[in-house]
Amino acid sequence: MTAAVLDHDSAHAHEEHHTSLPVNSRKLAIWTFIGSECMFFASLITTFVIYRDSHAKGPGPKDVFGVPLVTAGTAVLLFSSFFVVMALNGAQQGNRKKLLTWLTLTVLCGMFFVGMQVYEFTHFVHEGMGYTTNLFASSFFTLTGFHGTHVAIGTLWLGTLLKDAYKGRIPPTKAVNLEIAALYWHFVDVVWIIIFPVVYLMSLGR
Amino acid sequence: MIADTAIVHHAHDIPHASAGKYVQIASILFLLTAMEVLLYEVCFGHLREGMGSFSVALAPHFVSVLLILSAMKFWFVAMFYMHLKFDIKILSWLFGFSLMIAFVVICALFVLFTYNRTLWWWSGTW
Repeated sequence: MTAAVLDHDSAHAHEEHHTSLPVNSRKLAIWTFIGSECMFFASLITTFVIYRDSHAKGPGPKDVFGVPLVTAGTAVLLFSSFFVVMALNGAQQGNRKKLLTWLTLTVLCGMFFVGMQVYEFTHFVHEGMGYTTNLFASSFFTLTGFHGTHVAIGTLWLGTLLKDAYKGRIPPTKAVNLEIAALYWHFVDVVWIIIFPVVYLMSLGR
Repeated sequence: MIADTAIVHHAHDIPHASAGKYVQIASILFLLTAMEVLLYEVCFGHLREGMGSFSVALAPHFVSVLLILSAMKFWFVAMFYMHLKFDIKILSWLFGFSLMIAFVVICALFVLFTYNRTLWWWSGTW
C-alpha cells in the first residue's frame, strides 16, 4: 500500500501544477520572490549612497576601489547571464551537449565572481577597511556581501542542476527547472548592473 | 524583428528568443559596460588629461549618462534574458509593481535621512 501511495505521489510530482493563471506556479513564485528582492536591494543600495561619504575615520572609496578588477567581475557576470540562456536554449531543444557546455561555463563564471569578491574583501581589510571601520565600509560590505551571498547560492543551485544535467535528468519537459534558476541568476546579474556604476564608478567619480 | 527570431520549443511553452538573438543582446550588454568604463576613464580616469575640454564638458553629466546606460542594460536583461518580452504580461506587471515599491523605498529612505540630518543639524549634534 505504501508503495502504491509513493507511486501516486511521484506521478503527481511530475504533473503540471495547474492554477487559475495561465502561468507555471513555480515561475510565478520565483517572480514574486524576485519582486521582494528588488525592495531588499533597493534599501541596501540607498543606504550605501546615503553613507558613501561617511568615512572621516579610515579609508574612503577613492583609497580602496579599483576599476579593472571590478570591471572584469562585471564582464564575467554579464557573460554568465548569456551562458545560462544558451544552456536553457540547449535544455529546451533537448541538446544535452549544449546544455552541459554552457551550464558548466555559467558555474565557472559564478565561482570566478565569488572568488573575485573574496579577494577584493581581503584586499580591503589589508588596506585597513574592516566592517566596522566607518559607515561607508559597513554599508559597502553589507551590500556587496549580500550580493556575493546571492551569487554563491545561485552558483550552488546551478551546480546541482549541472549534476542533474550530467545524469540526463533535465529533458526538454523539465527545462522549466533550469528556467527558474536562470531567472534568479539574471536577477543577481541585474542587481550587479546597478551596483557596478552606483557603488564603484560614481563613488570614484566624485 | 524579434517576433521573426522567436522560436517555440513546446506546444505549451512561451516562445523565447533564438540563440542568435541572445548573442546580439550579449554584444550590446558588453558594449554598454565598455561605454560605462570609458565614460569614467574620460571624465575622471586615465584619459582625462588627453581629452581636455571634452572631459570637462562631459563630467557634469557623468551620473545621468551612467544611470541611462545602466537602465538600458537592466531593460535588455529583463526583457530578453528574463523573457519578459515573450512571457505572459502578468509577470511584467508583477516585476513593474515591485520596482515601483522599490522606488518608493528609495525615496522614503532619502526623505527620512534628509529629515534626520536637518534635525541633528538644528540640534547642534551634526
